[in-house]
Amino acid sequence: MATAPPGQLRLGWWTRAAVHAGLATAGLSRRLGLGAGSIIGGRVTLALDPHALRHLAAGRRVVLVSGTNGKTTTSHLVAAAVRTAGRVAHNAGGSNMADGAVAALAEARDTEYAVIEVDELHLAAVAEAVDPAVVVLLNLTRDQLDRATEVGAIAAAVGQALARHPSTVVVANADDPMVVSAAALASRPVWVAAGASWLGDASSCPRCGQTLTFTEPGWQCVCGLARPTPDWWIEDSKVCTADAVLPLDIRLPGQVNRSNAAMALAAACAVGISADQAASALREVDVVAGRYAVVHRGGQDLRMLLAKNPAGWAGMLSMLSEPRPLLVIINAREADGRDTSWLWDVAFEQFGSRQVVASGERAADLGVRLSYAGLDHRTVADPLAALETLPPGQIDVVANYTAFHQFRRRLGREREVAG
Amino acid sequence: MSGESTVEIGLLLPDVLGTYSDAGNATILAQRLRWRGIAAEIRTITARDVPPTGCAVYLLGGGEDTAQLFAADWLRRHDQLRRTLETCAVTLAVCAGLQILGQSMTDSKGQHYPGLALLDITTAPGRQRAVGEVVATCAVPGVGSLTGFENHRGVTTLGPGTVPLGRVLTGTGNGTGTGTKYRGEGVLTDRIIGTYLHGPVLARNPALADHILHQATGQTLSPLDLPDQAALRNTYL
Ligand SMILES: [Zn+2]
Repeated sequence: MATAPPGQLRLGWWTRAAVHAGLATAGLSRRLGLGAGSIIGGRVTLALDPHALRHLAAGRRVVLVSGTNGKTTTSHLVAAAVRTAGRVAHNAGGSNMADGAVAALAEARDTEYAVIEVDELHLAAVAEAVDPAVVVLLNLTRDQLDRATEVGAIAAAVGQALARHPSTVVVANADDPMVVSAAALASRPVWVAAGASWLGDASSCPRCGQTLTFTEPGWQCVCGLARPTPDWWIEDSKVCTADAVLPLDIRLPGQVNRSNAAMALAAACAVGISADQAASALREVDVVAGRYAVVHRGGQDLRMLLAKNPAGWAGMLSMLSEPRPLLVIINAREADGRDTSWLWDVAFEQFGSRQVVASGERAADLGVRLSYAGLDHRTVADPLAALETLPPGQIDVVANYTAFHQFRRRLGREREVAG
Repeated sequence: MSGESTVEIGLLLPDVLGTYSDAGNATILAQRLRWRGIAAEIRTITARDVPPTGCAVYLLGGGEDTAQLFAADWLRRHDQLRRTLETCAVTLAVCAGLQILGQSMTDSKGQHYPGLALLDITTAPGRQRAVGEVVATCAVPGVGSLTGFENHRGVTTLGPGTVPLGRVLTGTGNGTGTGTKYRGEGVLTDRIIGTYLHGPVLARNPALADHILHQATGQTLSPLDLPDQAALRNTYL
């Protein structure tokens, strides 16, 4: 492919030094067993050269994937599709702030493409630095209100950022009023009818505060904000555009992931990948940063799932249709949001009669919530001890962010000892 | 079906003031009645509905700034409901819901907006947002310590005859003193309980839930032993 030479040759000596320092730190952190090291490495690079992100991204076709839920999964799907055309830098582990983006670009220096998952609060700043070819905006709902701004303010900031990038294609969810209010300012929007599994934050208009009218499949406000006509939509097991019908044949479970896949296909096409090629690449994705993986432990097969807010849970509930026993692990650390109130906006009543164990550092908060939902359950704060109370066979494990990663690490460590 | 003995709990504007999951307070009140053999029903009252005036308890939650002004406007338009809140029902109002019931609210641009004037309080923005855990000693006898999560920028000043719901031990609460030097959290009258605490507040403070139910039904309620409840309070107290 005849493209400009990738970033490496153009980096100034100072950025180069900053990148080397970051990579060295990341390597050291990894050798000391302190985790993947990418965040700390990215931080070192950025501290030495605040413009590192701009320099590292220069010359690459960058796709940014943002929104409250589905960023990690969708970025994996986009990366799989784009990889059919060339090498891709990707923050696959889900470090989604500027430091994570720097680390991903530093670790894969000479790629033609980059697919970067970005936290919605950092989208404006990252887009400013990397001048993206495509921005994917999945949804904007409530998440970690204690540290984040209110949803309406996030949508407004994202909208202003998109308006500053007239050549960027914005692949946006037409079914999410918050997303539409943000992407309305984009000069090149591509609207995908990706659905919205939870509209708890979207009943009043993000533009004027009045109540929105929902009339399937559309929605509108008296102020004029309304669902745009979609360029892409899902019909049964197909994704359609005005002039193409593609199979939507993915291995990831649930309607939410079919929506993510439709967004990923639209994004891949926007960056120049052939639609057929992209569609078949999506079929190869089965595990996303540990999610959807099945971990065998003793006689139990643990299906690992992550849900961290009411919207994420609304999508998750449809994936839990089989009567498997369920282990739910809830923490409330900084990355999870310190306030556990959101548990009361999850329709746990839908768990039905399956066996449920409440676990994690906020097991008691969850246990009280489940009691009021009328559910029989056990409460065992330690997740490994909680597993002991469940029968052999298939078990669904749903955890929020830090609980998920903690649990995976403990399962991994246990295996190392056993192995 | 709601017979004469069914206690109705009016959840006001969850579509507008639902940002901080305060709707959970309705679930908690209804379940605590049902577990004691008292029929209870939640009436969800959205901005499109004409609000019923026969509920024993009304609940207002927290929300974003534009939503709050919309809610205040909506409540002012429904005068029958206002009279019910003033004269016969018991009301739990949280965060933005609390501010709306006061004399006035001021936004970040210094613009004043009238409240429902059911409480003698005024609210203006503080220098920074108060976000985090709160522990307060509750003024309602028998309730003990209040625990909850606050997330607001409003500083609420209580008028001379108005007492706070609690005395702040940690956290911000109303963000003002009370004249007797201690820092206050929320507002307590014989009909209205106002608070800045989410969690939702009644999940963390079941004795406050039972106080509201006692006020609303006149019945003496038998104690409930809910699994995990003690552990939940221990997490925060
Ligand atoms: Zn509008």
